[in-house]
Amino acid sequence: MMPEDTGSHSDYIPPVSRVIVPFMWMRSSRAASLAVCVQTIGALPAVTWGASRPSSSSSSPVSAVRHRLMDFLDKYFYDIEAAISWSVRLKQWNLRRKNAHYAYTERRYGPYVAAAYFALSKRGGVRFQGHTDWLRTDSKGQISWDFLQLKEVPVECVDLSESSLTFRGLDNIVSLKELRELYLRRCPHLDDWALSRLYVFQDSLEVLSLAGCPRITERGLAALHHLKNLRHLDVSDLPSVQSKGLVRILLEEALPGCHIVGLDYYEGLEDDDSRVVPTADLRH
Amino acid sequence: MLVIRSCSWVKLWGNSHPVRWSLPQVWAPRSPHRGLRTSPCTSKHYSFFKELDREFVKFQKKLKESLPSNDWSLLSPTASLPPERADVVIVGGGVIGWSVAYWLKKLENRRDGLRVVVIEKDPTYAHASTVLSAGGIRQQFSRPENIQMSLFSAQFLRNINEHLGLVNEEAIDLQFNPSGYLFLASEDGASVLEENYKAQREQGAQVALLAAEQLKKKFPWICTDGVALASYGLENEGWFDPWTLLNAFKRKAQSLGVYQSHSQVIGFKQSLREMTTEDGESVNFRRIRHVVVQVPSSPETHSVECALVINTAGAWSGRVAEMANIGTGDPGSLEGTKLPIEPRKRYVYTFHCPDGPGLDCPLLIDSSGAYFRREGLGGNYIGGLSPTEEEEPDPGNLDVDYDFFQQKVWPLLARRVPAFESLKVRSAWAGYYDYNTYDHNGVIGNHPLVHNMFFASGFSGHGLQHAPAVGRAIAELIVHNEFKTLDLRAFSFKRFYTEEPVLERNIV
Repeated sequence: MMPEDTGSHSDYIPPVSRVIVPFMWMRSSRAASLAVCVQTIGALPAVTWGASRPSSSSSSPVSAVRHRLMDFLDKYFYDIEAAISWSVRLKQWNLRRKNAHYAYTERRYGPYVAAAYFALSKRGGVRFQGHTDWLRTDSKGQISWDFLQLKEVPVECVDLSESSLTFRGLDNIVSLKELRELYLRRCPHLDDWALSRLYVFQDSLEVLSLAGCPRITERGLAALHHLKNLRHLDVSDLPSVQSKGLVRILLEEALPGCHIVGLDYYEGLEDDDSRVVPTADLRH
Repeated sequence: MLVIRSCSWVKLWGNSHPVRWSLPQVWAPRSPHRGLRTSPCTSKHYSFFKELDREFVKFQKKLKESLPSNDWSLLSPTASLPPERADVVIVGGGVIGWSVAYWLKKLENRRDGLRVVVIEKDPTYAHASTVLSAGGIRQQFSRPENIQMSLFSAQFLRNINEHLGLVNEEAIDLQFNPSGYLFLASEDGASVLEENYKAQREQGAQVALLAAEQLKKKFPWICTDGVALASYGLENEGWFDPWTLLNAFKRKAQSLGVYQSHSQVIGFKQSLREMTTEDGESVNFRRIRHVVVQVPSSPETHSVECALVINTAGAWSGRVAEMANIGTGDPGSLEGTKLPIEPRKRYVYTFHCPDGPGLDCPLLIDSSGAYFRREGLGGNYIGGLSPTEEEEPDPGNLDVDYDFFQQKVWPLLARRVPAFESLKVRSAWAGYYDYNTYDHNGVIGNHPLVHNMFFASGFSGHGLQHAPAVGRAIAELIVHNEFKTLDLRAFSFKRFYTEEPVLERNIV
């Protein structure tokens, strides 16, 4: 049965290696990609627990641990994948919960108090009309409930900086017809869709700050052309905006009376020729 | 390749294994159960395999020597063939097809309860309407169903990562441009525009009506001559990248276990049953048993046994329906009612105008039907116009007629936006509309006689934006046997026979 000469023997081997080697490679790369993913999720301690037990054949302890870790990740690939997808879903659910519409408060106390309560519960602040100081939570996150008396007093300024505000969360503040100042600095979930919803403040809004929001792009900034009364716009430190100088010029054109902070003329003006060319042009 | 495929032992390992010829190794004598197989017949069998395997290796070597730098392999041409059996076969892998596949997997009541296959003839999507569209989404329709579908789609696209996001992959970025649609109406069209506006507000869409003076104030670059009224979408309107949406649907559906096949449907095998109605009329009921597909550039055909077929072939869905004997009976009868969908060629022109409208540029639709929108920030725009019935171009190819822009589109655009008098055409492309010649609206639901063929096509230009809603509707129809969330019964095939057109006035 065995091949007699070595020549045919070497002929005999390749098919197996061709099956096994890609498979091995696939196994390790799949496990490695999971390892990266697990690290980002923060579930690594649970995994290293399985791998850090003393191994009997430890010629090199590091490689043995690594080997066992990879082995573990490979063995439980689908379980870990499912766990990660559940944790992602939990995060999404949490985000939805944090941006829920305070409909009950709005029915009971009116839109101003509801908006103020929303902002305060997000560790933000509000300023009512006629007041000079901001209403904020104290250092322990406690809210003083005096503002419940201010049912009829319009809210003029809202600060929701560093909150997890999304398009859905804007439900709580879109009914503020007298809003003059809105601060949305460093909101990690604020995107272009949410910006497109700020048109509701077109008659009143004078000051808007979007500094440091990582998901805002030039496409969303285009939707700010509705805000004709804007006097001050802070758009500094927006990492996703491309061809910043051009965006600044166009924003100044669309908002003539507005002082724009943050986008410099010279940023991205030299090398953005390729970016401005429409995608459709390249495609066809 | 035909010879190899017809060998019965090759079939044992299924269609999908990439290195089929090396598999006999697994059966090699190192099997622990060898003791059971000691008959001379079995050992002969084994040596046969071994010999064959060795021959294959030699043959492959020879092939590689004679065809260096060519990865063509004689033994794996069947990678794109569909499985032999499936529950649902989706004909057409455009955005609607993949959306239906995704929603079927999403709504199925147990994991892997449905085996879904998507058949797409061209994996490059070179002629697909999905990727050649302008990618707009709007709420400004006149039919409540269309408005509701758009509202749902906008919500879906806004939360696309919750729906179509994949673990361990980058978040989907649709490149959504939140700029509204601006419909202009002349004196004659003003009352219709106002009615539409009322219908849209009733359904919860955020739309504003602008008189001519307000329009001039808001968009000073528009020439308002002949404009009586305008409606401007404030929320959930704009445009996005169709290719990203198609890919997101495709990847998610595949991760949920949908099969795809790059082949072309060439026919259906049907069973026929004659029945008589109460009036004594005889009716032919048909049922599709097999879908016959052909791999491109090969004479090989393959049939897929199936329970349901979904016709999402877009502009070519009329042809697919014909293959299933829809519309082949006497004219005037239900059997003779054709699916009135045909391909229409539409041009999209890219032009450059340095003094054109800036950031506030909406997707403007003139009262004449011409439209344009901004593309990026560098003074580039894309626009076009639907030609009249008489000057409809030949849909046989996708060649662009530049004279059409010079003679028809440009004058209209320049009349509306004076700055466009100095525009320069950069490029252009053509794409297909799946044009419903009957009432310019989609067909959703199954055929009354060919009971297991479902339609989701004929959207006449707004298929891309309605894809999430249509996919969900078809999946509900299949899984729950009725529409659960949105009642789309008005769009059924029956309307062509009973002559109840679903009229949509806002067709671009």
